[in-house]
Amino acid sequence: MMPNQEMIVSTKNVSKIFGKQHVLKNISLDIFSGEIFGFLGPSGAGKTTLVKQLVGLELPSEGEIYVFNEKMPSLPMIEKIGYMAQSDALYEELSAKENLEFFASLYGLKKKHRQARIREVMEIVELTDHLNKLVSNYSGGMKRRLSLAIALLHEPKLLILDEPTVGIDPVLRQSIWNAFYELKKKGTAFIVTTHVMDEAEKCDRLAMIRGGQLIAVGTPEELKNNTHSATIEEAFLFYGGAKHENFSVSN
Amino acid sequence: MRILALVIRILRQFIRDKRTMGLMIFAPILVLTLMHLVFNGGSYVPKVGLVNIPEPINNHLYLENAKLTDYDDETLAKAALTKKEIDGYILFEHQAPSIVLEGSDPSVNQATMQWVQEAFKPLVKNGVQQELNIEFLHGSVDMGQFDYFGPVLLGFFIFFFVFLIAGVSFLRERTTGTLERLLSSPLRRWEIVAGYILGFGIFTMLQATIIAAYAIFVLNMLMEGAFGYVLLITLLLALCALTLGIFLSSFANNELQMQQFIPIIVIPQVFFSGLFNLETISEWLSWIGPFTPLYYAANALRDIMVRGYGWSEIYPDLLVLTCFSLLFLTLNIFALKKYRKI
Repeated sequence: MMPNQEMIVSTKNVSKIFGKQHVLKNISLDIFSGEIFGFLGPSGAGKTTLVKQLVGLELPSEGEIYVFNEKMPSLPMIEKIGYMAQSDALYEELSAKENLEFFASLYGLKKKHRQARIREVMEIVELTDHLNKLVSNYSGGMKRRLSLAIALLHEPKLLILDEPTVGIDPVLRQSIWNAFYELKKKGTAFIVTTHVMDEAEKCDRLAMIRGGQLIAVGTPEELKNNTHSATIEEAFLFYGGAKHENFSVSN
Repeated sequence: MRILALVIRILRQFIRDKRTMGLMIFAPILVLTLMHLVFNGGSYVPKVGLVNIPEPINNHLYLENAKLTDYDDETLAKAALTKKEIDGYILFEHQAPSIVLEGSDPSVNQATMQWVQEAFKPLVKNGVQQELNIEFLHGSVDMGQFDYFGPVLLGFFIFFFVFLIAGVSFLRERTTGTLERLLSSPLRRWEIVAGYILGFGIFTMLQATIIAAYAIFVLNMLMEGAFGYVLLITLLLALCALTLGIFLSSFANNELQMQQFIPIIVIPQVFFSGLFNLETISEWLSWIGPFTPLYYAANALRDIMVRGYGWSEIYPDLLVLTCFSLLFLTLNIFALKKYRKI
């Protein structure tokens, strides 16, 4: 696909089974440096399960996952990933600054560098004025942004963001995406999950996931052109519907 | 470095949550004060040793309602007393009876004294008026119920609050997703457990010092041994409570479910820790005691505070407490595997 770029993430026939439930079926994907890769699918499609496997929090039942050419889970690789979960995962009794300081020390950021990074990431999410506020006094959107700021702290080469812009207003969402494009230019790879179609358009490439299966992979343009659709939503319906037809035929 | 970050964060959370901090320090002080005011006697069968009782007197004594053992000389009786095989012994020196009591449990003292008085009644009736000479191995006539309960209560409160608060804070770490975030950082599993132990350890030392100092210096709780040992025992007990609390929190889905462990895990320990006389507990239940951390902590605390013993008497208890902590600690590191395999 992008031959001159470094492969960052590679999943090979990954499946996940919880009890009798097949949450993921045979997912094979390659993601390269400097691209924003989106996982698009309805809730319950298995996006979060897949993302957790990439971060090393879950192990695939079958198949293998490689991050920076090393098999996951691996602690040195975990250090190179910035992960933002669906829940905000913040210490509400502490101030934003204390939260940032805590996570920065976990990644071994030294004092001076740490202060500089805290300033930088808070500027990106436009929370500089609320640095010393307790997180319990933050609004939902502010918490989401702080959570994102924490994921950016240690300048990871790969950012994995599970629904990063839920509850953030359109203006701010645009400015956060602009920040993503800036980081992308520096070679950072992004994996973003979303169930919002217009957000999917902003990704360089998309993987459509439905019922634990990969139904299509490509750039938003390719996906639309191949299905003669005007929108990503139509394309998704086409692939999802086509899948459904295949399913009934095979039965 | 990473552990230090975790310790600083936990301490900062404590400082912010003034209500919880207050609860951990002032609730025990309040309850201890109330106990002190309220308590200051059961049907207990005393175990009494008889040393060289002259035959004519023996025939006149009323010797029912007690377990009696005969000793040929005082040394043997004293050894049995130290091992707590008997509660006291009666001996005759120069034709005068005297009684030596073990003395650390006031309710036992009282029961034994009452029995002795009954036993000597026939003699008194016969006109052989004798002044009874009483000696104590530990404690004194002044020792009240509170002095005997105190060490157990001290241990109980520290166990209870550390268990609950450590469990709840770890549970929150899990339910708010911060645990997942910690595990998506290079933090190792043992570092999380170590950070929690150090953070809570520092706070518990503070808590134990304040509560113990209040009980001893303000409420005048009996204190025969060294204060440092009291802190050492409470610290090891707190470590047990902390590691057990964190471990059990992985079986709770919310704060209410964490509290449900109190009547199951915490309260039953009180019954086996010596707050109530263990010998009055049915035999089919009494085997539980040695499986509870509080049993050892209460025993060690009593050895120091009531009996004035030192290191050589308490170290087996401390060793058991340490083993409990190590067991729970290992279980914790394994339980975290659920969240990240490495």
